[in-house]
Amino acid sequence: MKAHLTRRYRFSASHRLHSPEMSAEENLATYGKCNNPHGHGHNYALEVTVSGPVDATTGMVCNLVDLDDCVKREVLSRYHLENLNTRKEFDVTVPTTENLCIEIFEILQRSFPYAHLERVRLEETMMNSFEYTGKNAARN
Amino acid sequence: MVYLTRKAEFSASHYYHSPEFTPEENSRVFGKCNNPNGHGHNYTLEVTVKGEVDPRSGFVVDLKQLKEIMHREVLDAMDHRFLNKEVPEFMTKVPTTENIAIAAWQRLKPRLQQAQLHRVRVYETPDLFVDFYGEE
Repeated sequence: MKAHLTRRYRFSASHRLHSPEMSAEENLATYGKCNNPHGHGHNYALEVTVSGPVDATTGMVCNLVDLDDCVKREVLSRYHLENLNTRKEFDVTVPTTENLCIEIFEILQRSFPYAHLERVRLEETMMNSFEYTGKNAARN
Repeated sequence: MVYLTRKAEFSASHYYHSPEFTPEENSRVFGKCNNPNGHGHNYTLEVTVKGEVDPRSGFVVDLKQLKEIMHREVLDAMDHRFLNKEVPEFMTKVPTTENIAIAAWQRLKPRLQQAQLHRVRVYETPDLFVDFYGEE
């Protein structure tokens, strides 16, 4: 029987929203306070949802230790207490939470083999969050 | 179609152990959760039902009835219990959050007539939950 399992993690990082394709005025008009050249930070909350059949012997979709290890190694160690703009994946791509959410989904899809990755949900603050379910996902 | 979710909390103890594994395998797969004395959690059960809004009552489901069914079928059986020893499903299955969600679904499904069961979500901690949508 298939179940969905969701695990929640936290990390903190700084970023600046600025697109090289826009003029200084356009950047300011588009991103407002988030365009401050010195950057600013957030405490992000990351929710990772995986799915699969519940193993008849273990009663698990996947071993949480494996999921925790993978998320810590591939995502948290990469972004926690970092400036997102200094990462090469955000050289050109603006590190909005939308783009960060997509990046994390793609990282986990490449690196977690033990269950199907259903969804990545990223909270930037308690008031806003973003979800990505993959390129070809049909929404439930 | 409208979806309605009702929450309830229960507290229970459990441990993870499969008779199909050797003691070494149990310890390796389940880690600290394999301690036979058990450990506990405050679980949150979220039950989501779906249906059309009744034009006279304005309800998808009578919330009082839903609450009673959740209490009778799930909470009375699991609250303040040692799941492995006191809940029949977990005498043969490991009481993981996955299996608790499935057991709650199977207990609730035949009791709900007015609205259709859509999802059972069980939080083991605020950072870990399982969703079950029934057999696909």
